[in-house]
Amino acid sequence: MTRALLLLAASVLALPAAAQTIAITGGTVAIGDGSAPIERGTVVIANGRVVAAGAGVAVPAGAEVVDATGKWVTPGVVSAMTDLSLVDADGVSESNDAGARSSPFKASIDVSVAVNPAGVKVANERLGGVTRAIVAPEAGGSIFAGQGAVIDLGGDPDALTRARAFEYVELGEDGGKLAGGSRPAAWALLRDAFQQAQDYRRDPKAFDGRSRDSLVTRGDAETLGRVLDGQLPLLVHVERAADIRQVLGMTRDYPKVKLVLVGVAEGWMVAREIAAARVPVIAHALADLPASFESLAATESNVGRMRAAGVQVALASTGASGGDHVLRQFAGNLVAITRVPGATGLDWGQAWASITSGPAEAIGLGGEIGSLRPGRRADVVLWDGDPLELSSVPVATWIDGRAQPMRSRQTDLRDRYLTPTEGALPKAYERR
Amino acid sequence: MKLGRGRRALWGAVAIALPLAACASDGKDRPKSTAAKAPPVKYARDPYPSTYHAYPGVPTLVRNVTVFDGEGGRIDGGAVLLADGKIAAVGQSLDAPAGATVIDGAGKYITPGIVDIHSHLGDYPSPQVQALSDGNEATAPITADVWAEHSVWPQDPGFGRALANGGVTTLQILPGSANLMGGRSVVLKNVYARTMQAMKFPGAPYGLKMACGENPKRVYGSKGREPSTRMGNVAVDRQTWAKAAAYKRKWDKYEKEGGDPPDRDIAMDTLRGVLSGEIMVQNHCYRADEMAIVLDMAKEFGYHVTAFHHAVEAYKIADLLKASGTCAAVWADWYGFKMESYDGIGENLAILDHAGACAMIHSDDENGIQRLNQEVAKVLSSARHAGIQVSDEAAWKWLSLGPAKALGIDAQTGSLRAGKMADAVLWNGNPFSVYTRPEKVWVDGALLYDSNDPKRRPVSDFELGQPGSGDVK
Repeated sequence: MTRALLLLAASVLALPAAAQTIAITGGTVAIGDGSAPIERGTVVIANGRVVAAGAGVAVPAGAEVVDATGKWVTPGVVSAMTDLSLVDADGVSESNDAGARSSPFKASIDVSVAVNPAGVKVANERLGGVTRAIVAPEAGGSIFAGQGAVIDLGGDPDALTRARAFEYVELGEDGGKLAGGSRPAAWALLRDAFQQAQDYRRDPKAFDGRSRDSLVTRGDAETLGRVLDGQLPLLVHVERAADIRQVLGMTRDYPKVKLVLVGVAEGWMVAREIAAARVPVIAHALADLPASFESLAATESNVGRMRAAGVQVALASTGASGGDHVLRQFAGNLVAITRVPGATGLDWGQAWASITSGPAEAIGLGGEIGSLRPGRRADVVLWDGDPLELSSVPVATWIDGRAQPMRSRQTDLRDRYLTPTEGALPKAYERR
Repeated sequence: MKLGRGRRALWGAVAIALPLAACASDGKDRPKSTAAKAPPVKYARDPYPSTYHAYPGVPTLVRNVTVFDGEGGRIDGGAVLLADGKIAAVGQSLDAPAGATVIDGAGKYITPGIVDIHSHLGDYPSPQVQALSDGNEATAPITADVWAEHSVWPQDPGFGRALANGGVTTLQILPGSANLMGGRSVVLKNVYARTMQAMKFPGAPYGLKMACGENPKRVYGSKGREPSTRMGNVAVDRQTWAKAAAYKRKWDKYEKEGGDPPDRDIAMDTLRGVLSGEIMVQNHCYRADEMAIVLDMAKEFGYHVTAFHHAVEAYKIADLLKASGTCAAVWADWYGFKMESYDGIGENLAILDHAGACAMIHSDDENGIQRLNQEVAKVLSSARHAGIQVSDEAAWKWLSLGPAKALGIDAQTGSLRAGKMADAVLWNGNPFSVYTRPEKVWVDGALLYDSNDPKRRPVSDFELGQPGSGDVK
């Protein structure tokens, strides 16, 4: 984009400078780190970062003051394992860059090049309180789906927080299917690919990776090398307790790999082992059905039980058919079940953390995003009520300290059809 | 059998025209034989009859509770008495009959059981393996001959979750949407049983699942056959309705006059049922312009569309739907997962309701069915933030009475009205809060879920003896 266009975009969106110091005062402040909400707190942001948040925080001289009395102030939601910005409409293959079934490349696929900050879903979901997303590729032609990215949902062209943020691999029932028909085949493929990555690392020139019968391309080998030396976190999708144990055992052979478990419907059955291995999980929030033979023990208490056993938990946006904003409904339900006898849920602070700092920490970005701790990027949402409640909506949002537009294509459609009958001219002439 | 309003009038023209046609041919085509004409024998309309029975309950008085009666009424600190499987009384203050269980409902809410008009439980059960995938007979675009009830697996763990987590007491199981005419639906009470028949809602009318839009044209277009376009969809539908009208004429004549019975066609039986107003049309359709075409097609062939399902763009034609007396059964906020859902907005249901059209929530999902109350809560939030005021108690209509009407069972269930089935949910708080869950669920007065009693939590055969069996799910 040319500089002129960039300037035009900036003026259209009327983005105030991120450098400005803003103090949001008097609201109920949730830091997002698992702590309980703080009444009548203050959040100060400057230069695109959080300066301070909590009770007794002084308003700096010259700060723009936003009165949040009666409202809630929180970090924005971080949507984990989403295809947001890669897809306009999932079922429209022309618009869908999440997966590449027939590509010769696997682990090296890098979704960051497909990120489209102008996709209409980005603004729609921003209006639902989502400010960052952990964007994951979808496995198509291999157990290796490729490298995911972390983005912000700001109304500007610069969306990437981190490209090549992790590698995503399938190792359960899906992995077996992708590897040719069985879990053992998936493991054979994984181990061989890792072996080849080590071969490549030892002697790149001698590595083949170009011939037709080569199982691992040079690019894939290079990427997996970064997984093996821990530069690139490895997100592994498994559901069954036995598969989880198998994956945890992988660290014996590959000690530097930074593992993150995804899905883990039966995680509660092996919660202590996951906690002992210090492996974070990005779990389905509310999966409670035996959707497959690998999730027979699924229960809504899964996340709560893992958390109680000391596992670092985050919620995945899988199953959020309404869009990424549904994550806060998921988190709210985990609070709800604390009142159901025999169920284990999360307290409010833990629940909010599971969709903010939790996913950020899981992929090693907790120092950058996901909470209102000092120094974090200023992704702040001002809500008109408890953000886990279904009745609440954002009334203002800042990303990297920049105030965001509060309109989207959905609000345009709503306003056009709030009165469905046509006026003097067709609906096509009705717009803001 | 109860018929939806407006359908009688619509059928009037057909009903008058047909006897005339029959009279015109009377005597001319009579066989030369002197033998008396055989009397007509009607084919069975209900060959797989319900064997459902209410399970035993005890007279139960819930008092000091907030009541949403499902018809728009609310009583704070009110009372509901369930007895003999029925709602015995609803009021501000009721006396407990001798021997009744009395429940203090302080801080709690009681509502009618939720009715989900769009479910595939049993037909697409968990686990989602090919061996149990029985929801779409995707081998021809017209499969009006199949009946969803013949696919229902009563051991689907999803039924229990919908009961315990969702407070769902009645649900319609529909065939999938691969086909233009996907087959008959069945209405079930949400009660585990050994057989499908023992779950079947007694006396509920059948529905015909129809679908327009992307699914049929994609499924059959990819097989290189008609329909591969939207115009193909309508063409195949019209050809089929024309055939059905002829079938109906023959069978109406035979069932009136007797003689040689016409050939039976199981698919045409269902379509004849639609044209006679006995079977309700439940039509999967997303786009506003397509719904308008379907409404004209219904007029062309003399049937009534009871409800459009999904109806993601229904808000654009709320006035047309209101005028035709056709309902929309929708999600709260699903959008953007396919081209025809691209224009979905969270205010859909609220705009319809505000415009006076019939609208309700539906799930179409084994997870969503566990949180339909929350889906309505999201609609309420969208509505109120858009300046449309709806009360909580009025919104409960979208969860029970609305769908019950669109299933033709509103005389039996769907609201807390004396004499109706005692299908009710006691919630541990305001059911439109995310923090609320069902505490107790009654079906026909039988307590089938109690969060405080592990013995009142169903475990399907499939889950018995498996990891997590009997767990709080």
